[in-house]
Amino acid sequence: MKYQNIIRLILHLLCWLPLVRLIIDWQRDDLTANPIEFLTHSTGTWALVILLASLTITPLRKIRAFNWTIKLRKMLGLYAYFYVCLHFAIYIWLDHFFDWARIGEDIAKRPYITVGFAAFLMLVPLALTSNKFSIRKLTGKRWQQLHWLVYPAAICGVVHYYWLVKADITEPMIYAVALAVLLGIRIFYKLKPQQRSPREYKPDLQPSD
Amino acid sequence: MLIKKTSDIKSSEITDEKLYHKRRQFMVGAATAATGALLAACKKSAPPNVATAPPPKLEGIVKSSFTVDEPQTSLKDITSYNNFYEFGTDKSDPAANAHTLITRPWTVAVEGEVMKPKTFDIDELLRLAPLEERVYRFRCVEAWSMVIPWIGFPLNEIIKRVEPTSKAKFVQFTTLLDPRQMPEQRYGTLEWPYVEGLRMDEAMHPLAILAVGLYGQVLPNQNGAPIRLVVPWKYGFKSIKSVVKIQFVETQPRTTWNLMGPDEYGFYSNVNPEVNHPRWSQGSERRIGEFKRRTTLPFNGYADQVASLYSGMDLRKEY
Repeated sequence: MKYQNIIRLILHLLCWLPLVRLIIDWQRDDLTANPIEFLTHSTGTWALVILLASLTITPLRKIRAFNWTIKLRKMLGLYAYFYVCLHFAIYIWLDHFFDWARIGEDIAKRPYITVGFAAFLMLVPLALTSNKFSIRKLTGKRWQQLHWLVYPAAICGVVHYYWLVKADITEPMIYAVALAVLLGIRIFYKLKPQQRSPREYKPDLQPSD
Repeated sequence: MLIKKTSDIKSSEITDEKLYHKRRQFMVGAATAATGALLAACKKSAPPNVATAPPPKLEGIVKSSFTVDEPQTSLKDITSYNNFYEFGTDKSDPAANAHTLITRPWTVAVEGEVMKPKTFDIDELLRLAPLEERVYRFRCVEAWSMVIPWIGFPLNEIIKRVEPTSKAKFVQFTTLLDPRQMPEQRYGTLEWPYVEGLRMDEAMHPLAILAVGLYGQVLPNQNGAPIRLVVPWKYGFKSIKSVVKIQFVETQPRTTWNLMGPDEYGFYSNVNPEVNHPRWSQGSERRIGEFKRRTTLPFNGYADQVASLYSGMDLRKEY
């Protein structure tokens, strides 16, 4: 097996691990005294981790040997979206049990929920257009423009966590610094005078998985 | 022929048992470290460790009429899900870390605007007044709640003994300050030591107690041993833990969470579903052990007893 495929397989397994662990802990009745809160926080954490992981691909590809990792970007992005959906579903179903009035009030009045909800909304079109059909339909340029939404979504995701925390901001700051580095690299390359023609990503030319 | 039996594996190559048990964590860690955010994620995933040996029983407890008839939260949940930032900010941290707290000897200095200032030894406090069992609702500002069978005595028992002067308008409580026992105090998470306060009439109210135990046992460290305040009609953070000082003062004390976020945590912090909070809806709560949310009651269901303390106040402004 090619080493690229091994890495992809490992990433697949890693992305399932948080969910498997939650299911095992649930079976063992080991989800803390407040299981719903724990599920919410855990799925939120992993959504953020995987989303940031997906944002490491573009900088990584500045190194020629890692150009192939573009194949991992969509996969990581969709896993991140998967955990975002779990996070959101747990909030709506388990936490508020479809009490739409309270959910609406939460989104309107709780700033951390407002930005979290915004991040969720921004990720929806990204997930919907992650398929080959959409890439072809939208053409590379417009597809790229739409998927630029991942940046505000990631920022909102980190702010969502930062605003949730009461006092100890260490953990949200780790995410904030990681995101700042990932965005900083992009800005650096944007500002740097181009030495050769930019290597445009043409999604429709990618070989199939 | 040389037959090596045991020493094929150099002892230096043998994985440490602790590390071995953490191998999954290690694999996850090593593989995802590239994202830079994993450290944070892993800390969350550590399962809570609950202290094993049961604490000693308290003797001579009398039942109190100040008791709610609602299913009590399990001892396991009460002792494994705590906000006690002196031992870490995760809910599971106090149960894992509070063993470093030394609760004997322990004294509580009662001073300030009083005729008879006195430093009480903890064993003296245990005999000060009959120990009562009081089953109280406990409502955290984070919108979760419990029902806890506290063992304790009314705060006013102590107040009467020190004879406050007419200048005593507020009571200020202080938690132990000792970073060797309370590891989080090495960091600037909150302003240490933790300080809380009550207005004099609130402190005199018979519902306000000093708790020294729960479920008939000596108070577990993670719940604020050896002595803590319990004010059931206020958000949980008002019920300060591991108290070493009680001061009678003329002006409103500068309390820890109020300093941290004055728009979020008022001095009074009475449980009030009408006052909007930027983080948590205070209109409902999750009772630990229950699935669906409950409606939060004004003054946490103690309105009949305490609402009169606040007559004439706009509780939306003085939250």
